[in-house]
Amino acid sequence: MKTPVSHMLLVLLAAFIGSFGGVFLKSGAAALRSGILYLVIARDPPYFNWRLASGVAMFLLSSYFFVLGIRPPGELSVLYPMVSLGYIFTLFWSRIFFKEPLTSLKFAGLFLIVAGVFFVGLGSK
Amino acid sequence: MNAVTDSAQISEMPARRQPVGLVFCCTLLGAAAQVLMKTGANHMAHAGLSGMITNLPLMGGYCLYGLSTLLLVLALKDGELSLLYPVIALTYVWVTVLSFLIFKDNINPWKVTGIVLIVSGVAVLGKGGKR
Repeated sequence: MKTPVSHMLLVLLAAFIGSFGGVFLKSGAAALRSGILYLVIARDPPYFNWRLASGVAMFLLSSYFFVLGIRPPGELSVLYPMVSLGYIFTLFWSRIFFKEPLTSLKFAGLFLIVAGVFFVGLGSK
Repeated sequence: MNAVTDSAQISEMPARRQPVGLVFCCTLLGAAAQVLMKTGANHMAHAGLSGMITNLPLMGGYCLYGLSTLLLVLALKDGELSLLYPVIALTYVWVTVLSFLIFKDNINPWKVTGIVLIVSGVAVLGKGGKR
């Protein structure tokens, strides 16, 4: 395995930050005014939608670390499965922050997707 | 977060959006973004921020990424995060297909297995979204 540990940590960090980005986007979306023109304006004062802005900032930061991580000699077969850990983090954040039900259907779907990302990574040598 | 919606807002709401469908479009844009970002990452002169800003494919990728984020926000407004976030994995399916078509990357049984698993996983989640 020639993927340096530093690249793995970068991609893990990207997945972690990205999962929180999803949480902030979701809570920002709830504060949205209807209509696409009001995308950054929250429904209640103060009108700047800082949750949405934070979510976007986290996605940018996440992809910055992702790009650094997948640079050669990083191997996608090792790094892609680490990205899909982000989906598992998100499942727990959704439960904690939004009280979303964790149904067996969600676990089944998530399991198939994580396995799928693993196989796509395995084939990307 | 705030589940309480006043009556005025309900009347403004367009006919029921389909969050999973929106995320589906979001992954198409995201895949195009990733292909551009990968091209950019391969040609990055140096790791610093200045090296990224002057990298045209990378910046184009970020723009598409932004657009796909917009669709994700609209989807999250109506849908559950735990349901929609994993659907983003569809991006891998498009990236694999695009890499095959554009970069002539090889397709092997591993990748095909992965694609089939991801698509069926999304189908399961999509079923869960309908209630």
